[in-house]
Amino acid sequence: MSKMTYSEAAKAALAEAMRTDPTVWAVGEDLGRGGVFGQYMGLEAEFGPERIVSAPISEAAIMGSAVGAALTGTRPIVELRFADFALCAVDEMVNQAAKARYMFGGQAKVPVVIRQPSGMWRSSAAQHSQMLEAWYAHIPGMVVLMPSTPADNYGLLKAAIGCDDPVVYMEHKDLWPLEGEVPEGHVVEIGKASIVREGSDATIVTWSAIRHVAAAAAERLSDDGISAEVIDLRSLWPWDRECVLTSAAKTGRLLVAHEAVRDGGFGAEVAATAAEEIAGLRVARLGAPRIPIPYAPPLEDTVRVTAEDIIGAVKRLAG
Amino acid sequence: MPQTEQTASPQRVLDHYATMCRIRAFERMVIRGDQEGLVKGAAHVSIGQEGVASGVCGNLRVSDQIASNHRGHGHTIAKGADPEAMMRELFGREGGICGGKGGSMHIADFDVGMLGANGIVGAGILIAVGAAKSKKMLATNDIVVCFFGDGAVNRGPFLEGLNWARVFDLPVLFVCEDNKYAATTRTDQLTGGPGPGARAESLGIPAHKADGNDVIGLDALVGGLVEEIRNGAGPMFVHAETYRHIGHTLADPATYRPEAEVAEAKTRDPIERSRVFLVDNGIAPGDLEKIANDAEAEMTAAFEAARDAPWPDLSAARSDVQDTGGPGLGGPQ
Repeated sequence: MSKMTYSEAAKAALAEAMRTDPTVWAVGEDLGRGGVFGQYMGLEAEFGPERIVSAPISEAAIMGSAVGAALTGTRPIVELRFADFALCAVDEMVNQAAKARYMFGGQAKVPVVIRQPSGMWRSSAAQHSQMLEAWYAHIPGMVVLMPSTPADNYGLLKAAIGCDDPVVYMEHKDLWPLEGEVPEGHVVEIGKASIVREGSDATIVTWSAIRHVAAAAAERLSDDGISAEVIDLRSLWPWDRECVLTSAAKTGRLLVAHEAVRDGGFGAEVAATAAEEIAGLRVARLGAPRIPIPYAPPLEDTVRVTAEDIIGAVKRLAG
Repeated sequence: MPQTEQTASPQRVLDHYATMCRIRAFERMVIRGDQEGLVKGAAHVSIGQEGVASGVCGNLRVSDQIASNHRGHGHTIAKGADPEAMMRELFGREGGICGGKGGSMHIADFDVGMLGANGIVGAGILIAVGAAKSKKMLATNDIVVCFFGDGAVNRGPFLEGLNWARVFDLPVLFVCEDNKYAATTRTDQLTGGPGPGARAESLGIPAHKADGNDVIGLDALVGGLVEEIRNGAGPMFVHAETYRHIGHTLADPATYRPEAEVAEAKTRDPIERSRVFLVDNGIAPGDLEKIANDAEAEMTAAFEAARDAPWPDLSAARSDVQDTGGPGLGGPQ
């Protein structure tokens, strides 16, 4: 057990995987200098520039060449710097990485991890703040993981590196300095949700940074005598239906809260699935309005899902 | 007579002749299959361009790898794939090389180093440079070849991929197979500057222009470049000029091309040129006829086997996707 930040936990997982498996390598802009958020700091010194590859600003080539490498016997970790920049490499992710194994009839696999730092972070505005997990979860062939704690960033990144399918790995930029305990050799299974807090009156399903907002909301709800169960999905695809459906069936009320735009978001998938499966379930969703992320802090705050929003939504469900 | 023809070994040219005959016979059967409703999707054939596939792949080992484009049957056969499994794939039948899930545009045979045709123009360039990175990391001296068309030089991956290969000094040979048309428009109408080779040179990659219909000259050129790349020289570029005898797809009558242009191009057919060379060098015409007939018989048998094969088991539709190694794979659907 040791205390690490969310950023350090991912670095530890990557370094351990690279020490164990010489075919694991990482590629992205400025990695030799530690990466834009410092999440690769010191790795070039240990592994050299052939395995911690500093790439030109060529997102399509970063992603596309990683697909070619993954098809031919190595396991690249792609760093796309900001999730927004990944959009310069959509063909390589969606038409190539996600399809190759299937199109070629299982002749090859594509073990590539696509790190996409995501979410709102210090007035970064519309091209550096997006949460686009629903896009990737919609693509057959993609795995989508979104850790929210240091322990999960360690365990899920290890699972992602071990996965033979392409993994979109979304770390929240606001969580880099978050500290927490990371158990030695911690493993998180892909497709397994985490029950953050048990409760009996309502189920709150969430992921990424909103997990922490939901946990705070649940604490305050308990002061008002409402017992909320908080589930951090962690793995968006595949997602832990059993965990969500069991909880929702128990509480009879389901709120899905995420940072991404609410309409057409992945919360709609979770809510619809639960509503189909559980007769009489009351469901609600919270997410951002369908506007680009604004720059000025007070404007940016109008887009955030807050603890007050969650408390209000749960009370409406319970009322 | 060009110098390469004076030094070419008739046996080596015979091998190319056989490969080119096999590619053409295969694609004639693809056309027949299309006419008979057996080819289910779009197919892009390379009739007239066989010299490039044979002249390049004839210099590769099995462990060398190629990335191809949408017009990939020739590359796949020249790299050593089984034509019957390919034909089954095009007909969407059991035993297809991709299990009936890819078709012509995603034909692949990883066992012989064929990393896939591609439905996206230029996408293979990045896959090739990535495969070359694996080759380097895994400390082999294998190389990777990327085939793409003249249309691909106007896509971003061309710039990104060539620059990448140069700065990381990767063992890759880029082969721009220039058939003069980007889909149905003349490429020179929509391409600025002096052409593909100049673009490669501007990124520091040595470029060579070649007659793609002269399999003897192309073979000699590529043979030298492959050895250089194997010995650590870094990426190289070949601009091979050729011509597509028929349309972009089998549904394209290609009426946008002047008849005289097509007729002139057909006088430079790569198979006929190598046949003339071989006859001039003492190979009996009957022996060459036998090679062509054998190719025809092989591909007719592939056609018939594919035509008579059953559809794939429906379970194939849901295999080869989303195996994360754990439970909870997202339910029934």
